[in-house]
Amino acid sequence: MVVSTEPADTRKKPLSIIEREELTVRFAGDSGDGMQLVGMQMTNTTAMFGNDVSTFPDYPAEIRAPAGTLAGVSGYQLNFGAHKLRTAGDRVNALIAMNPAALKANIADLETGGILVVNEDAFNKTNLAKAGYTENPLEDNSLSRYQLFRVPVDKLNAEACAESGLTGRATARCKNFYALGLCYWLFGRSIEATERWIKDKFGGKPAVADANLRALRAGYYFGETAEMFPARYLVAPAKIATGRYRKVTGNEAVAMGLVTAALLAKKPLFYGSYPITPASEILHELSKHKNFDVRTFQAEDEIAAMTSVVGAAFAGAFAVTGTSGPGMALKQEGIGLAIIAELPMVIVNVQRGGPSTGLPTKTEQADLHQAVWGRNGEAPLCVLAAATPADCFAIVLEAFRIAVEFMTPVIVLTDGYLANGAEPWMIPDTAKLPKFTIKHPTEPDGEEHRFLPYKRDGRLVRQWAVPGTPGLEHRIGGLEKRDVTGEVCYDPHNHHHMICTRRKKIDNIAETIPPLGVLGEPSGDLLVLGWGSTYGPITTAVERCRAKGMSVSCAHLRYIDPMPKNTGEVLSRFRTVLIPEMNLGQLLAHIRAAFLIDAIGLSKVQGKPFMIQEIESKIEEILNHHNGRKS
Amino acid sequence: MSTQSATIQLTAKDYGSNQEVRWCPGCGDYSILAQVKKVLANLGAIRENTVFVSGIGCSSRFPYYMNTYGFHSIHGRAPGVATGIKLTRPELDVWVMTGDGDGLSIGGNHLLHTIRRNVGIKILLFNNRIYGLTKGQYSPTSPFGKKTKSTPMGSVDYPLHPLSVAIGAEATFVARAIDVNTKHLEYVLERAAKHKGTSFVEIYQNCTIFNDLAFEYASGKETKDETTVYLEHGKPLIFGKERNKGIRLHGMDPEIVTLGGNIKEDDLLFHDEKQAEPSLAYLLSRMHYPDFPEPLGVFRCVERPTYEEMVMGQVSDAVKTKGPGRLEDLYDDGETWVVN
Ligand SMILES: Cc1ncc(C[n+]2csc(CCOP(=O)(O)OP(=O)(O)O)c2C)c(N)n1
Ligand code: SF4
Ligand SMILES: [Mg+2]
Repeated sequence: MVVSTEPADTRKKPLSIIEREELTVRFAGDSGDGMQLVGMQMTNTTAMFGNDVSTFPDYPAEIRAPAGTLAGVSGYQLNFGAHKLRTAGDRVNALIAMNPAALKANIADLETGGILVVNEDAFNKTNLAKAGYTENPLEDNSLSRYQLFRVPVDKLNAEACAESGLTGRATARCKNFYALGLCYWLFGRSIEATERWIKDKFGGKPAVADANLRALRAGYYFGETAEMFPARYLVAPAKIATGRYRKVTGNEAVAMGLVTAALLAKKPLFYGSYPITPASEILHELSKHKNFDVRTFQAEDEIAAMTSVVGAAFAGAFAVTGTSGPGMALKQEGIGLAIIAELPMVIVNVQRGGPSTGLPTKTEQADLHQAVWGRNGEAPLCVLAAATPADCFAIVLEAFRIAVEFMTPVIVLTDGYLANGAEPWMIPDTAKLPKFTIKHPTEPDGEEHRFLPYKRDGRLVRQWAVPGTPGLEHRIGGLEKRDVTGEVCYDPHNHHHMICTRRKKIDNIAETIPPLGVLGEPSGDLLVLGWGSTYGPITTAVERCRAKGMSVSCAHLRYIDPMPKNTGEVLSRFRTVLIPEMNLGQLLAHIRAAFLIDAIGLSKVQGKPFMIQEIESKIEEILNHHNGRKS
Repeated sequence: MSTQSATIQLTAKDYGSNQEVRWCPGCGDYSILAQVKKVLANLGAIRENTVFVSGIGCSSRFPYYMNTYGFHSIHGRAPGVATGIKLTRPELDVWVMTGDGDGLSIGGNHLLHTIRRNVGIKILLFNNRIYGLTKGQYSPTSPFGKKTKSTPMGSVDYPLHPLSVAIGAEATFVARAIDVNTKHLEYVLERAAKHKGTSFVEIYQNCTIFNDLAFEYASGKETKDETTVYLEHGKPLIFGKERNKGIRLHGMDPEIVTLGGNIKEDDLLFHDEKQAEPSLAYLLSRMHYPDFPEPLGVFRCVERPTYEEMVMGQVSDAVKTKGPGRLEDLYDDGETWVVN
């Protein structure tokens, strides 16, 4: 529906307001167009309005791929609802495309009848050619399935910023705020929070602040006065738990969790890391918080990052490293050292598309095997996986608890989707956070006043004696050691004993973790089992199927090794277990091996999260098959 | 470094552990172990505040033999472990024991960057020009053409020179000693121990089993006076049995001259370990047998703020400007809203 060419007075219809339960909006443009920025602004504003929000930024690996090309398209999708949301939405209801490439790369995801706002000024010959269009899609009727709105954003933005005193090039950079202003109008949101943000951000550059504010307001007023849009879309606030909220991405939540754990335990936080997408923000974030006694170390590579963490743990810090797939591979020898030395630390792996350099900016869950089995020798450690961006906070606190309680490295798996995706997070009451009391020995406990570094308690945990303590001088390292004394030991039986002891110690962690819960009936035809970021689409798909009357339940593993003690029992109560994963079946293999059940996998390894619909169809397919067999 | 109070004076023996030392008889490592213990005793080092960190190799067994804290880590990675310890507890005295393979082959990258950052640790590189523990393959310091188990026709790798590498990496303290000259080794180690920042010491160490007599030229009674020259700050480079030979600069190049006639001491190259620019130290590190006597002693010793000092400095600056961190402030960063 192209209305912009009609004369003004003939189309003066009353504006309708359309109420929606949930809306998915995607901003798409060149990676230099500032789409991530306006996406985040809109997320903040809608979250502050009271909607539940879930986002999915999707950006290219190249910082500035050639402008106007498909490779350079950057997108930011946000889903906001009047109810609890767990994913960034399957189908896009409204697409804002800043150029032909952005249109081409994203149009397939827009629902039929969806809102399509394009910057028509960018649809010139050159840009069309760069995007591979031979015809201008705005003219050839190919978009007739959508509600097309052609807005001359470049021109209107330039006019709006004319008096800001900036040059043409600089004003062009404000066009993302123009588009955002328009969206604020279209979706009935106030521009206030973004106005505040612009003033704050560009406080030192008044002309830039002024231009961006002009663009934002002009976009908003354009919506109001141009009478191009027949309707505005409103999503009422969601009923969510009362409290104070902020928005967090998974990486921010990891960083806050780490600082929190260290502070609660009265420990310096040592973070040794080497930059890698999509984990670098954790390093950036932590290096802003040095006043919490955070000591960040940008090492020369992941091997040094890992070994520095081993050293820091030996010296008594809360020692942490963060990385992604290729970096994780480099860390493995160091992690083996931490395992045999039995030192507490946390290793965060923000998984991305592999193998090798793979898809650096895309999400994947293909490092589960690497986490559980990735080292030489029998090298068990604890592996946890975060379910949502906000869960990254809780999981990091839990990782720290386990690390120090069991003197073990703990791997926390997140992924690109969790790391960059955002959701509202209820700010915790600091008085209600867990307490960590860490005891370091101060006296030798062996005969003749000897310190026994590998003497264990009932749960097989040794003590954490730190350098600087008189009388506890001891040597540790990567060679096999005699139990209790820690002396180098090549005895075959001792080796077997130590191998079993280290494994048993990790198994003992299961005594301290919550049982696996089930959403839906505790037994039945089908259980969908997930881990990591598939939590959102799995849970939503199962809820939808249940609403349609299907007999399906779901469960989610946050503890991968060891698993909750009741896992096998929960799984055994279902006729079929389905495990959707963004890999070729890694948890699947683990579950089959551990419980000898004939679980079914659902794989998607496209660098993109599952759509709810994809899981729903699989559920339906399985249940139909069951019913077919029954009848 | 942290030192013992005067009342409990420990002897060299007190710094040794009860572990049986397992190096081959005659191995140069024994001498290094003995001198390190002596230096700790001389300086009254506090045992609990001393940490020895090593990688893998014969040399890297060192920490087990000390009655201090110790960490026998993995091949080439001791500098990383040591950096983590130092950034957690800057007050600890941290020593890194490494070999020519451990430090310059697999761990070359870490060595470079640790030295560049000037982390306050003491790195002793036991250079036997061979892989000892893996039973005799050539190493990055083995001479060109060296015949070993893995190079039966002779090595076609050009060697590198540890001190040139350290100087190239902006080292603030660089020295060389040889296992058999125990007095001088003790002196160099004591200087290294006292330096603030990274001390890098190359020790010529004889491997009796796989590379025996590699340093015979520099240790043999007959030859050593002609093949080595001892560096002393502010003194001319003089060597030879008769102490009648010296090193003189000819343009940018060193040359050997004989004293007497019209060549006087004042014409010689005078050592200055404190030169801000490392060119002199580098030039000395390029003097190799058989063309030149090889310098022993402290090549370079300059002051520069240490890494841990600066890291901790930023922490305390942040506390000063922002106040000690409060979780409420951490969470409140950015926009927040209330749901009633
Ligand atoms: C990752 C890894 N690769 C290889 C080895 C085998 N390895 C152990 S020590 C060593 C060489 C040691 O040579 P050097 O550092 O010169 O020590 P030396 O034994 O001569 O004192 C090698 C190759 C290992 N332990 N770890
Ligand atoms: S092999 Fe060589 S370096 Fe190793 S202990 Fe024996 S003599 Fe020493
Ligand atoms: Mg060697």
